[in-house]
Amino acid sequence: MRVGVVTFPGSLDDQDAARAVRYAGAEAVSLWHGEDDLAGVDAVVLPGGFSYGDYLRCGAIARFAPVMRSVVKAARDGMPVLGICNGFQILCEAHLLPGALIRNDVRTFVCRDQALRVENADTAWTSGFEAGQQIVVPLKSGEGGYVAPEATLDALEADGRVVARYAGSNPNGSMRDIAGITSENGRVVGLMPHPEHAIDALTGPGTDGLGFFTSVLASVVSA
Amino acid sequence: MSVVVEVMPKPEILDPQGQAVLNALHRLGFTEVLGVRQGKRFELELSGEADPAVLARIEEAAATLLANPVIEEHTVHVGTTVHDVAGHEPAAAGD
Repeated sequence: MRVGVVTFPGSLDDQDAARAVRYAGAEAVSLWHGEDDLAGVDAVVLPGGFSYGDYLRCGAIARFAPVMRSVVKAARDGMPVLGICNGFQILCEAHLLPGALIRNDVRTFVCRDQALRVENADTAWTSGFEAGQQIVVPLKSGEGGYVAPEATLDALEADGRVVARYAGSNPNGSMRDIAGITSENGRVVGLMPHPEHAIDALTGPGTDGLGFFTSVLASVVSA
Repeated sequence: MSVVVEVMPKPEILDPQGQAVLNALHRLGFTEVLGVRQGKRFELELSGEADPAVLARIEEAAATLLANPVIEEHTVHVGTTVHDVAGHEPAAAGD
């Protein structure tokens, strides 16, 4: 199985995302923002960072990068896509996921090991967890506040599309403590915290994050 | 011809930047300021006249890229002269 990891100008976590893919047992394939060729990958990760310097709005310019034309089309055809942090912002700007991410209500960059509750363990990226399971992965973002119209939030809740919530105190003002959501078909997931930084106890708070990457292997193999 | 696109966070969306500016103004003694909302202003230089068809194109550009309709409102107007909402003296932009 081959998982593409996109590098935009200003991506920071593409190497860690590729490492997480390898830890999970898949081949990591580097994809470049300026190419629209997905190199035949089975899934795509949009990593964290500050694509295009976060100019205009986080993810607003990356959304129109050539690679995103192919990612959007592939996602609509059912390819699993995981957007982490800046990747989540790009997925929202690209309208693959509803809502938007705004500046943290605390007005500071938040960097900490964050407890999350996995709400939906049926997506392509969370099938290896159990619903209600609590995990710890790093959160590091200045614009991580998830917002959406009330009706959208109600629909997300009703359809079980909230993938993860912040457990304990809400770090950034995200509406309804939302840390991650998924598309209607459960293939596209956006997550503000960083599971790719929690795959090895040597370099992170634990290995809880690895489950996102092993999940997608299982989902592609069984699809 | 120039066209100005102004983008503001929607009223119901939290504006931490505006809140931080408000707090700073209060620290400086500008206590008569009750609220601050911070937005963006884009000045677009056009090759031709800003006729309705061109303005429709700019509207599309604003809704597609310059503003995110989920969290922001935008206005498009011709020229670079700003009138504030209270109708005070216009201030020339770009001075």
